[in-house]
Amino acid sequence: MMLEIRGLHVSIEGIPILQGLTLSLPYGQVHAIMGPNGTGKSTLAKVLAGHPSYRVDEGEIWLKGKSLLGMPPEERSHFGLFMSFQYPVEVAGVSNEQFLRHAMNAHRQAHSLPKLSREAFALLLSQKMERMQIRSEFKDRSVNVGFSGGEKKRNEILQMSLLEPDLAILDETDSGLDIDAMRIIAEGVNDLRSSTRSMLIITHYQRLLDYIRPDQVHVMDKGKIVRSGGPELALILEEKGYEWI
Amino acid sequence: MSIKEEYKYGFVTPIASDVFPKGLSEEVIRAISAKKQEPSFMLEFRLQAYRSWLQMKEPTWANIEYSPIDYQAISYYSEPTSKPRLESLDQVDPEILKMLDRLGISVDEQKHLTNVAIDVVFDSVSLGTTFQKQLKEHGVILCSISEAVRDYPELVKRYLGTVVPVKDNFFAALNSAVFSDGSFIYIPKGVRCPMELSTYFRINEKSIGQFERTLIIAEDDSYVSYLEGCTAPAHDTNQLHAAVVELVAHSRAEIKYSTVQNWYAGDSKTGLGGIYNFVTKRGLCAGDHAKISWTQVEAGAAVTWKYPSCILRGDHSVGAFYSVALTSGKMQADTGTQMIHIGQHTRSTIISKGISADESRNSYRGRVVMGPHAHYARNHSQCDSMLVGGRSSAHTFPSISGGNATAQVEHEASVSRMNEEQIFYLQTRGLSKEDAITLIVNGFCKEVICELPLEFAQEAQKLLALKLENCVG
Repeated sequence: MMLEIRGLHVSIEGIPILQGLTLSLPYGQVHAIMGPNGTGKSTLAKVLAGHPSYRVDEGEIWLKGKSLLGMPPEERSHFGLFMSFQYPVEVAGVSNEQFLRHAMNAHRQAHSLPKLSREAFALLLSQKMERMQIRSEFKDRSVNVGFSGGEKKRNEILQMSLLEPDLAILDETDSGLDIDAMRIIAEGVNDLRSSTRSMLIITHYQRLLDYIRPDQVHVMDKGKIVRSGGPELALILEEKGYEWI
Repeated sequence: MSIKEEYKYGFVTPIASDVFPKGLSEEVIRAISAKKQEPSFMLEFRLQAYRSWLQMKEPTWANIEYSPIDYQAISYYSEPTSKPRLESLDQVDPEILKMLDRLGISVDEQKHLTNVAIDVVFDSVSLGTTFQKQLKEHGVILCSISEAVRDYPELVKRYLGTVVPVKDNFFAALNSAVFSDGSFIYIPKGVRCPMELSTYFRINEKSIGQFERTLIIAEDDSYVSYLEGCTAPAHDTNQLHAAVVELVAHSRAEIKYSTVQNWYAGDSKTGLGGIYNFVTKRGLCAGDHAKISWTQVEAGAAVTWKYPSCILRGDHSVGAFYSVALTSGKMQADTGTQMIHIGQHTRSTIISKGISADESRNSYRGRVVMGPHAHYARNHSQCDSMLVGGRSSAHTFPSISGGNATAQVEHEASVSRMNEEQIFYLQTRGLSKEDAITLIVNGFCKEVICELPLEFAQEAQKLLALKLENCVG
């Protein structure tokens, strides 16, 4: 299994959010997690990425056979986990290129690879950006500062394509996007699908799944998975609403 | 969270010192002057300042709070007892050499890779300067102010107190009365100083006040870049540091003055101890096309009261103030600048970056004056504050007075917050927490740090990151 979550209980400031969540994601598969607002979908994403505010009270999380509990966020990243943020954070005064080069080289260092020179990285970055139809001025702008919603999300996918994770978690990547922006992002994501890479797509709406077809859909409610099924489950949910669960 | 790295310059050097009894009087001032075998004009200067000071009141307008300073409980002079006049710095007392080593200052010219000439001021006296020979070849004078009074009295007499008059303010008057040492720099006409000049200030004695006096004169068409660094041992009582710095740039001369200030800031929890840093720094662009820039990284001291300023008298002269002020623990900083535009087509730039963490208080205070003859003068000010954690505060007190219709003044300000989310975001991309903080802080301070001489820019970045490592949460 790429990702194995067993009986996960998580709380923040004493308030329980995840209450016995269990999930298995095989290598090479794309799973979607759907559910009404406030059921803990984003919490799950943040806990997987290692956010310090959440407390794991009980349960296990295994990535490629290794426990993630107690592992700091940067090590999870080096180990192949990537989360695309629902609200990507702004960092003023740090150019996107500088940030991406630091991230890239932190990964290479963790894997005992030599750092990429500025020139080598610039070349790699322009190739990736071209592929994702991102304008080159993007490199010189401060990280996410003044970016539109679509630009921020596209920047997340660009990071993912650079870091080439084994497991990508996309947290509400479609929120705040118009149809065109969503299509471009979905293309970027589909481009990164492979037989060795797994993805967990967290979404409130079914529409993103029209573009990124999942192998399985899980429905989450009150902090755990309440129903799992094939892609058709998403369509039923779209039609009948979450009340139906 | 990592354990906060203790203030690593907090050690005391066990050195025998000749310390004056505590207290201030005309007698003490006469004794300082006699100790330094000063000419009579210096004693007159001091006494005039002292008499003015007695009439003056400590300023209360700054956004800082501190327990009253008892000026009679301070000793006004301390020097190491073994102080023969030395040929070069590497002949000083081995204990002092050890101290310099711990401070990361190499006084061995051979080992000195970076091209920097250093003067070291220990409590009240200068220990001597490096690279004398090379500087002499270019006619550049770098010496302690005491030596300058002795060897170049006419220069000192002509310039001392002309940019910061003895009655300028309470702390400047006090300094003028009791100053003990500091640096004197003279760059002759047309000379581009071949290396960075630098002074390292160290307060060692527990109840000493450090009153340093620096005077830099750049003749027509000359250039000099000067850097000062400051540290002090960790004592649980407050020590007073009241310096005066005067710069004079003649026509087409340029002076770059940089400071990396890391005085002991007191205990971060109790606020006990730390340096009271009351400093008056001012530069005069005396001639046309003269240029003065102040770059400061203020990362220490319990209380900072400091406004490096420029008087732009020459037409087309240029003033700049680039500042990063970082406060953490219970530190308080009230710092900023004044740009006084007198000449035509004068220009000034102010970039101020305040970072406040923990329970600290950080204020920017700026004043831009456009005089009646400052036709077509321009100023641009940018003041950015970054809050780290939830209990610190940032304040901005800008003041603009425009006396000329053709002058332009712009002011921009912003406040942002470094938070856990930013750090988490960078960590999820593979950066360690330390690297994440460094990247965020460097991004915020970029425009200021890049004004520092290359050798010190990296050190300043590290210093800032180190100070903040434990404040984010």
